[in-house]
Amino acid sequence: MQFLTKRLTYLFTATKGLVLVAIALIALTTAFMGTLSGPMHEWGVTSFVVQNFGLRLVEAEREGRIVLLYHTIAIAVVAIETYLITGTVSMKTEEQTRINGTITVGYLLTLIFGLMFGYFGHSWIAHGLFIVGLTLTFFAGTQLAIALWPWSKSYAVKSPERAHWGKVDLERAAFFVMAVATLGSALFGGVTGSFYGNGQETFLAENVVREPFKAPLQLAIIGHLHIMLTLIGVALTLLVGRWLDFKGALHKWSMPLFIVGTAVTSLGAWSVVPIEPQAHTIIYVGSTIVLVGALLLVIAGFDNLIRSNLAAQGIRKATVAQKVRALLRDPLKFGALWQMVFMNFVVSFPGLFMAAKLEDIFRVWSLRQERSILTGHWHVLSGIIATIILLLYADMAGLRGRVRQIFGWVIIVASDLAFAAASAYSSRRLFVTEYTETSLVNTATLLLDIGLGTILTTLGILMGWRLFDLFKNKGRWQEEANAAQTQEDIL
Amino acid sequence: MRPLTLTLILILFLSVLTACGTATPDAAAIPLIDPGVDPAGWAVIPAGEYLEGQFDHEAQIAYDYEIMITNVTNAQYADFLNTALAAGEITIDGNAVTGFYPGDAFGGHRHEMEIAAGDWELTPVADAASRLSFDGTTFTVLPGYGNHPMTMVSWFGAWGYCQAYDGRLPSDAEWEKAARGSDGRPFPWGNEIEEAYANFSNSHDPFETTSKTTPVGFYNGTTYDGYATIDASSPYGVYDMAGNVWEWTGDVHEGTHNRSLRGGSHTNYAYDLRIWSHNNAGPEHISPSVGFRCARDS
Repeated sequence: MQFLTKRLTYLFTATKGLVLVAIALIALTTAFMGTLSGPMHEWGVTSFVVQNFGLRLVEAEREGRIVLLYHTIAIAVVAIETYLITGTVSMKTEEQTRINGTITVGYLLTLIFGLMFGYFGHSWIAHGLFIVGLTLTFFAGTQLAIALWPWSKSYAVKSPERAHWGKVDLERAAFFVMAVATLGSALFGGVTGSFYGNGQETFLAENVVREPFKAPLQLAIIGHLHIMLTLIGVALTLLVGRWLDFKGALHKWSMPLFIVGTAVTSLGAWSVVPIEPQAHTIIYVGSTIVLVGALLLVIAGFDNLIRSNLAAQGIRKATVAQKVRALLRDPLKFGALWQMVFMNFVVSFPGLFMAAKLEDIFRVWSLRQERSILTGHWHVLSGIIATIILLLYADMAGLRGRVRQIFGWVIIVASDLAFAAASAYSSRRLFVTEYTETSLVNTATLLLDIGLGTILTTLGILMGWRLFDLFKNKGRWQEEANAAQTQEDIL
Repeated sequence: MRPLTLTLILILFLSVLTACGTATPDAAAIPLIDPGVDPAGWAVIPAGEYLEGQFDHEAQIAYDYEIMITNVTNAQYADFLNTALAAGEITIDGNAVTGFYPGDAFGGHRHEMEIAAGDWELTPVADAASRLSFDGTTFTVLPGYGNHPMTMVSWFGAWGYCQAYDGRLPSDAEWEKAARGSDGRPFPWGNEIEEAYANFSNSHDPFETTSKTTPVGFYNGTTYDGYATIDASSPYGVYDMAGNVWEWTGDVHEGTHNRSLRGGSHTNYAYDLRIWSHNNAGPEHISPSVGFRCARDS
């Protein structure tokens, strides 16, 4: 019994244990849902899974199922980020415990009962518990925002190298603004969800983009999904900054940009309902400010990696090649920053190009072709966010030496291959006609499957190792549990 | 790092191998199959109630009408072009066959393009994706494609064909009722989809790697040289309402110049073949996966 108690205590109280559980559950969900589409579907795995697991997949309910699936995974990701914030941003221990406890129950209810309602018949009890899960997650977010209050004297800035305004720690303020904006954006979607969820008609945003007259609540859903993903990205970027000990002159520029950019982008997304045409401009301004803030983080992060690795090697005057080697020495930290750079090539720049050429190119295509690039765009962004979380977690989990190198580089190469292929596939009409697309489609699909398959396999190995470790008396889990009791900064 | 390098080389090798796939169909390799369904046939759709859309809204069409039981074929369209060309109703303008369209009412809405009265492209001439050839005087169908659906045809080309034979493009509602009957089924034949029902992405039909389109009426329960199909006609006996090619419908909606495309095509996954699934494009859009059928008053 003690065997189980100790491990459950670690898994559900220590920050690293909580993150591990959430990643494992997302991995399991992804693996299971992966059997319902793509190559698994073509190989007949779907039929086997549907029959043997008792899934109930009614054609007319597909969009509703997908909305539930998106929420189950997104809320688990929000939980991971919350654990990382409470584990690394100063706050009272009881606040950390309360927030982590609330969001753990919240995301577990959301994930378990959301999937149950969506895929295993329509028990309204399950739907109710799904809503309870979302509500608890929102409540945890409210507690987090309170705990992050930046004007508290207890958390006045101590280091002059960190961005501050008077004694207010601007990094803490950036986390606070992100948390408040997330709560507002969740409400923005929650009100909409209440309307559409109560016997109304579910739809996917990508299917209504060309409707000439959109209902306010349709616009709200489009705004909600965009801003939530953006805020998940902002939170993760701030966490990467903590991880890499971001400070100095660029930190002082970056944090105000994050604060203003996050606020402006959120207000822009919320404005989609009353003033849609102007809202786009507000969003462009806000997201550009956020991207500049992230760029400063990347520049400082690369510089920091080069300096620290050269110093570790005792090199004072380095050649360009030595600097490059120093930059690439730690694939986990380099990878987190590189993925942010890579995101611009497969998400930001294509997004801007699409906005600029919407009428001339993309609206000339059929809706299905435009939908392909729209869904590709945000799936790739979600994927990049997931890989950065994995790289960060691998560092937290203590991967060292050769394993760290292999894990890091496999995630970087496989994901970039997959995301580049996904981008090429989704925007293929820019390069080839429908008649001559076969080669590109086949190649891109193959590379996408190889890339994603490699990432999932690598993730599976990592999770397998952590599962195996749980059976050891003095495993890695024990070290992490001990560290949690001494309130060690998890990053 | 050696395993990583090897992995990259392997990926590159596989990519090159895949990229060597055939991009254009070889006419000689296209199976010649006659499904036995008459493309000149029409089905009568009786007036009455039906369930519209994904959420089964009760709707009604108050009149009887007829709809073609298959898509318009390449052979039928070539006949139309030859007749219209001889009568001076269409012209060859560079690489396009053009015909007159009287234009849409223009509301000036956001993203709306003005469709003015004038000559618009019906179908291209000498396009690699076209199944018709033109020798300067006559349109002929490429070998093997006679009973395949006419593709590479704009909405104007579809509209013009139906007008020429005293018909019209079906409205969205007419198309949907013809596909679904009066119950809430997601597919013309019922509730489930599998490869033997329709031509969709990776459905492994005999035309998958050649023409990509299947002959009209192909999914009628016949077994062709070992390839078994299931009768996938709608409750009114209309074929190919799911998959093979998207179908233009006739409605011109307020606020947009885009026209609806229904039914899904060989390029789409199965969920896009659900009856309520919508695609749309401007009326000038031309694609190898878009065709049409006509309706007329009963």
